Amino acid sequence: MSTGMKAKHQRLVLVVIALIALIGAGLLAAWALRNEANYFYLPNQLVANPPEVGDAIRLGGMVQEGSVKTLEDGITVAFIVTDKESATVPVRYTGILPDLFVEGSGVVADGRLADDGTFVADNLLAKHDENYVPRELQDLDQHKADATLAAAGSTT
Amino acid sequence: MIAELGLAALWIAAALSVLQLIGGAAGQRDEQSELARLVRPAAIIQGLLAAFAFLMLLWLFAVTDLSVKLVATNSHSAKPMIFKLSGAWGNHEGSMLLWITVMALAGGLIALVERRLPEKTMLATLAAQAFVGIGFYAFLLLSSNPFERLPQPALEGNGLNPLLQDIGLAFHPPTLYFGYVGLSVAFSFAVGALLTRKVGPDFARAMRPWVLGAWVFLTLGITAGSYWAYYELGWGGWWFWDPVENASLMPWLAATALLHSVSVLAARDALRAWTIMLGVVAFSMSMLGTFLVRSGILTSVHAFAVDPERGSFILFLLAIYIGGALLLFALRAGSVAEGERFAITSREGALVFNNVMLSAILGIVLLGTLYPLLTEAFDVRVSVGPPYFNPVGAIFTVPMLIVMAVGPLLRWRNDTIDRIKMPIAMIAAIMVATLVLVLVLGAYSLLADLGLAIAVGLAIGSFLPLRGRKLSRVPIATWGMVMAHFGIAVSLFGMASESAFSEEKLAAVAVGSNTQVGPWTVTLSEVEPVAGPNWTAIQGSLKAQYKDGKAIELTPQSRNFWAPPQETSESTLATRWNGQLYAVIGNQASDGRWQLRLWWKPFVTLIWYGGILVALGGVLAIIGRVRTDLKRRHAKSRNAQRKREVAAL
Repeated sequence: MSTGMKAKHQRLVLVVIALIALIGAGLLAAWALRNEANYFYLPNQLVANPPEVGDAIRLGGMVQEGSVKTLEDGITVAFIVTDKESATVPVRYTGILPDLFVEGSGVVADGRLADDGTFVADNLLAKHDENYVPRELQDLDQHKADATLAAAGSTT
Repeated sequence: MIAELGLAALWIAAALSVLQLIGGAAGQRDEQSELARLVRPAAIIQGLLAAFAFLMLLWLFAVTDLSVKLVATNSHSAKPMIFKLSGAWGNHEGSMLLWITVMALAGGLIALVERRLPEKTMLATLAAQAFVGIGFYAFLLLSSNPFERLPQPALEGNGLNPLLQDIGLAFHPPTLYFGYVGLSVAFSFAVGALLTRKVGPDFARAMRPWVLGAWVFLTLGITAGSYWAYYELGWGGWWFWDPVENASLMPWLAATALLHSVSVLAARDALRAWTIMLGVVAFSMSMLGTFLVRSGILTSVHAFAVDPERGSFILFLLAIYIGGALLLFALRAGSVAEGERFAITSREGALVFNNVMLSAILGIVLLGTLYPLLTEAFDVRVSVGPPYFNPVGAIFTVPMLIVMAVGPLLRWRNDTIDRIKMPIAMIAAIMVATLVLVLVLGAYSLLADLGLAIAVGLAIGSFLPLRGRKLSRVPIATWGMVMAHFGIAVSLFGMASESAFSEEKLAAVAVGSNTQVGPWTVTLSEVEPVAGPNWTAIQGSLKAQYKDGKAIELTPQSRNFWAPPQETSESTLATRWNGQLYAVIGNQASDGRWQLRLWWKPFVTLIWYGGILVALGGVLAIIGRVRTDLKRRHAKSRNAQRKREVAAL
């Protein structure tokens, strides 16, 4: 771009370069988002329509009462995540349980499905505290009372 | 009585901002009219009244007046004083009041001191500031009144979310708000300049300290927020690409682009329309950030306002201000005269490159943040995390950082690569050498290795603008640039090193036995219960030994708060010059062993030291610019006086 170029032209060239870069970024982002976004599953969706083994996904549901067990190594925890449709998914997590991870309460797990059908979690998110519920679980929480009642009914 | 005084002050301030808007509009016809002359005093008094209202809220929190709803829901008489005070803005209503207070004070300040712009442009600017202010006053007074009384005083307060009971909270939100509000001032200047078609170096110089100031506060806010997440959440990470973090990063990216383009406009009178556009975009990002974190659309400790009415209100304000400003821009941008021209190999060219790359990164972060909200409208729930942001962002960040190492060496207007080929070759050689060294050390992560190489090259490159100059004569603002660029390199080095060399150990450890992580040997010596003012905890005592050195005592806790009931993990850190040991204690396994999670993170602290250096660089730049401005003003008034004296003779 020589300094002799007409002023109008320089402005135009700059605008075009900026637009190309921005559109490029947008296209790149759109392409990457389709490939890299983690889809969210409820247990019944996961059971009905399981994702590819090894794909990063999120699983959200309730921790089933009485299902939490610490394995031999002392740091791996196994538990079952369930939902109002009473589908169940076994989950394994190696690490320190988050604050407020309790049986019968909501949890969101980042991770992937293993060959044996267990969901291996890299990270667990529990409710922040009494007042905050993970957004994905808000619908679920409204059904929590029914679910608990139903569970109580089936055990007695 | 205190609450009513605060509320009255707010209403009067809101009325004054209406007056300020009308006066500013009237001033566009006749800047000497009675109404127009009220604008500056109105802005100043409005600032004082808002500050008064905020002080009243602080008072209510200090004495824990439980007849006020906000105090009863967010405070507790057993809280330490500092958290009582910080609780005043640790909630939706209080934080919006803080926002307005800072905005009104900023408006008052420009009304008081800014004299170099044409009076018409100033009036348009103050009117724009008032227009933004009115929306926020309406929001506060109509849907988020912080001074609302309870019909019956509460017996005891609900307490503050324990995650927020931290000294960091006392400073984190105000810091970010100063940044957001600084950008609102930049926005008002942009609108004022656009309305009166006075876009030029004077406008850029008036706007620059506000952009720099906003940018310094955003930098500090992001740095502090990152460190808070790092030690408070106990996950060992320092950035999670959480929408709330992105909400603070996006205005920072826009402000970074803006402060560079504003420098081009001030120094060379080029990039006029682009600078105005960035001014609008930067404030849009602040508003969008506020909307994302405050509307309840996201789940986080920041989402106080779960009331959907409030979310819609902020969205409405967002649409009016951003839509209005973009419309104004579309109508007026064509009539903003073309600025000075420049060659592609010039300082301006490098800065345009910086701006385009920053805008691209901003676009990528914006799309990644909004994508889950978009898909949710179609009932598909997704989350977007590091696998998207890291590689896609890096495609634009890497070229930007490389150009950043040599860009400041270019001259304004027209230059050749040939003239600076020696420094370019030197920086390239350093980067390649670092890359080889890192590979030899055994780190094979592409992004982390590139990061380390660029960090070292940039660290050295950032000092090159000083070469061959007499250091005592280098302007303060140039020192600021050198320091900020060096800070970016330092921070990048910390990030890349943390990613390439961190070691993690998760183990169940019996009392009395030990475990290894990196060069550390950590022994669990005992576990005991402890109690604090509003919590009880399980506390592990760890003896951590670096290689053969002396053992350091560490005490991570797992805390139980009782008001409101909640558990938090308190991690502990052992800091050495070359990194940090990070320890978290978890639950007891059935056989009596305790879960320990340990990380050794080489040079991780550089991330935040770098952030502080960047902010300090910004402060130096402000000092340098303001000093130059004052000198210029002084010289002008002396000249004017001399002329008067000559005329008198």
